[in-house]
Amino acid sequence: MYIVDRRLNPGSKSLENRQRFLRRAKALVQGAVKKTSQERDIKDVLEGGEVAIPLDGMAEPRFRREGGTRDMVIPGNKKFIEGDVLPRSGQSGGSPSEPGEGDGEDAFRFVLSRDEFVDLFLDDLELPDLAKRRLTEAESVTLQRAGYTTSGSPANISIGRTVRLALARRVALRRPRRETIAELEAALAECIDDDRRAVLAAELEALKAKVKRIPFIDPLDIRFRRFESVPKPVAQAVMFCLMDVSGSMSEHMKDLAKRFYMLLYVFLTRRYRHVEIVFIRHTDRAEEVDENTFFHGPASGGTLVSSALAAMSDIVRARFSPADWNIYAAQASDGDNSYADSELTSRLLTEMILPVTQFFAYLEVGDTSGGPFDMPDSSLWSLYQRLQAEGAPLSMRKVSDRSEIFPVFKDLFHRRAKQEKVAS
Amino acid sequence: MTATGGRLFEGADWDFQALQRIHDACEEVALDELGLEVYPNQIEVITAEQMLDAYSSVGMPLFYKHWSFGKQFAHQETFYRKGLMGLAYEIVINSSPCISYLMEENTATMQTLVIAHAAFGHNHFFKNNYLFKQWTDADGILDYLDFAKNYIAQCEERHGRLAVEMTLDAAHALMSHGIDRYPGKKKLDLRAEEKRAGDRRQHEESAFNDLWRTVPTGKVKTRSALSAERRRTLLGLPQENILYFLEKTAPRLQPWQREILRIVRHIAQYFYPQSQTKVMNEGTATYVHYRIMSRLHEQGRLSDGNFLEFLQSHTNVVFQPGFDDQRFSGFNPYALGFAMMQDIERIVTKPDEEDREWFPDIAGKGDAMAVLRDVWANYRDESFISQFLSPRLMRHFRMFHLHDDPTEAGILVDAIHNERGYRRIRRELARQYDVGYIDPNIEVVDVDLAGDRRLMLRHAVVKGAQLQETDTKRVLQHLADLWTYDVSLVEVDTSGNVLKEYVVSPRAVSAAA
Repeated sequence: MYIVDRRLNPGSKSLENRQRFLRRAKALVQGAVKKTSQERDIKDVLEGGEVAIPLDGMAEPRFRREGGTRDMVIPGNKKFIEGDVLPRSGQSGGSPSEPGEGDGEDAFRFVLSRDEFVDLFLDDLELPDLAKRRLTEAESVTLQRAGYTTSGSPANISIGRTVRLALARRVALRRPRRETIAELEAALAECIDDDRRAVLAAELEALKAKVKRIPFIDPLDIRFRRFESVPKPVAQAVMFCLMDVSGSMSEHMKDLAKRFYMLLYVFLTRRYRHVEIVFIRHTDRAEEVDENTFFHGPASGGTLVSSALAAMSDIVRARFSPADWNIYAAQASDGDNSYADSELTSRLLTEMILPVTQFFAYLEVGDTSGGPFDMPDSSLWSLYQRLQAEGAPLSMRKVSDRSEIFPVFKDLFHRRAKQEKVAS
Repeated sequence: MTATGGRLFEGADWDFQALQRIHDACEEVALDELGLEVYPNQIEVITAEQMLDAYSSVGMPLFYKHWSFGKQFAHQETFYRKGLMGLAYEIVINSSPCISYLMEENTATMQTLVIAHAAFGHNHFFKNNYLFKQWTDADGILDYLDFAKNYIAQCEERHGRLAVEMTLDAAHALMSHGIDRYPGKKKLDLRAEEKRAGDRRQHEESAFNDLWRTVPTGKVKTRSALSAERRRTLLGLPQENILYFLEKTAPRLQPWQREILRIVRHIAQYFYPQSQTKVMNEGTATYVHYRIMSRLHEQGRLSDGNFLEFLQSHTNVVFQPGFDDQRFSGFNPYALGFAMMQDIERIVTKPDEEDREWFPDIAGKGDAMAVLRDVWANYRDESFISQFLSPRLMRHFRMFHLHDDPTEAGILVDAIHNERGYRRIRRELARQYDVGYIDPNIEVVDVDLAGDRRLMLRHAVVKGAQLQETDTKRVLQHLADLWTYDVSLVEVDTSGNVLKEYVVSPRAVSAAA
């Protein structure tokens, strides 16, 4: 009898099967998530937890029978006698339950971890065009195997390679084998003929000398594994989130914008390690705030979009040199802007912001009453549209309902085969 | 070892020396007193997480990768984390050496119970029951699973994960119809055939009588009928092992696809005896652990407290709720099996008049273990119940037989546990465990080789139970994808009327796969 302690074996043997299952269920889970994200709070949705997916694509069909006359023997008879007829409806009739029959049909429930969930959720999204890559010094150098070398640290000796070369050299130089010498010695010991002995002894002498001359392993044979340090490209990016928090923004609009940024936020923190996010909120003046204030802090006042753009421009100048950073910006607003500000806004945008950004998205949030196409073009929308017509690389979308957030987000950040000028 | 060699362990904790002592003590009782014959044991201690892992790969220590196991794992994990489901105390594998998995969190008493139950009870059954002997190869199974796992991984590397997955999906859908139900035909041997042919010729010559020529014969079979018959014979039709038929004759399968079908078929075959012997297998193991534990307690090697702990979990295991109980979900194989084994022991040692009348062969024979060992070796659930279910047990379980005909107004109580009903109840209960009745009877009947190469299947409908439509269409779709031509299935009742016909065409993609 053997007793084996398997507890230390690597666990999660089923991990791969689980991943295969998720891969297969991807479309279904994504569909389910999209649907729930319209009703539920995004934060909750992204928490993962139990999901239910329709069994359709995941079915494991078998030939099964149903209906027909059935006979069964069951235990626990208390009062029935032969010939009784029991009513069909109701459990009292005594028809046994059929496990697994009703349960399997409608939906399959299981628990997803948060990571799995977000992975599936944001699967086909990508930050647009991370073309400019900047090699940063720290933590981005990796060692890579790069063949063999004749010098190096003893720790890196490649024994296999060394012995192979030594063997090749010994064969090439005809180093006598130990068995050959042993044979000769044996022959010498047995030999009685003096002349023959002399010949053998000489031969043996020569062989032994040769063995001494040709070492078993020569320093020439030794090889070391060579490693090269390869700089790993790390893309750094900074994402500016601009939002209008002025009085003209209703709670509903803020909610829409918040949802958009939340998605953005989860997406960014998920996909890129080296992404910095700057939150700028503005009324008639702009300030850089932390994430919490950005989403939840109260503020009110007029609307001057240029203030936010100016603030962003200052921050870029001070902290994020365009040579080192890929700069992305997303702006959310209800479209109100004072007319006097248009000129300044367009100048700031075209001269200061767009030249240094990779991508600038504008999200116009409207009231829930009208669909996106009923909204009259706002002052900011017309301004941006004019700029876009002049060739400025802007992406613009209108959103007026929660349910549109995800599609719009997906549309803006859809993984594209190659860069494509986004035109709305 | 002395019979009262002190306690095996104290309290609830165990260590590996204790496991060794427990095993040796159990072995002594099992081999010397019960006369069991077992494969060498290998006991593996695992964690709860590893137990969950094992669950989702049908209990085997190594298995190929497939999403459906992941699905099962996700499902079970959900239940387990919610606390809706406890894990089994053990899993035992029909292999040589016989591997039993023990959960690390079991108490020492539970480990003793599990070792007695799995490492001796199940192990003896695996080694001696005729079904397992006939259908499974305990020495080779682990190697075969290893081969299967590597082979499928290689296929994935070479032909792409998707193609392999599609083949496996299809094979799994047909798994329940990839089983040989009867021992294989012996290979034809040329010399024996020649001898047979010679004998026949000689017989014809010796029995020659020219008069036979003048006797009028029936209608000569037409040429087309003859060729159809010949074609069916060549294809080995009708064939109920659909996977085998596909493996051998599907026209456009790649060699690796045939091998995958073969792997799935072999694994289905390996599990075939287990589904036929649930009651007996668990009954044997439960009876054995009960005997061993009681003996250990008698010898003083188990303390009274530990024995009570054992009795508590034993009674939980063999609990049979009545049909109107919330916990009822059919017969508990542990309860029924254990009760029948104990009953046989009673009949053999202390029979009453009724037993002598019902079981003349074994009543009062005296040696209970010899009778039980013979039963364990030579029966399966269906035959076991139809032979050994005694009237006393039917009364004990208060069994009754319901006949549910959807055309009638209500459900008829057809028989209860009385003189008139005993035999009927026993027959019906045995039938409930008969695989021939459980699985739908579907056969490949013909292939239209002259026409559009359609594969024709037939479901022989028993008692009006037709196939579930959505699932059937899905399975047929998989089948058509493998066959790469149309597939049809007719459902025929006992009088030959066609009740329903399905025709499915293959999906375009798979033809190229």
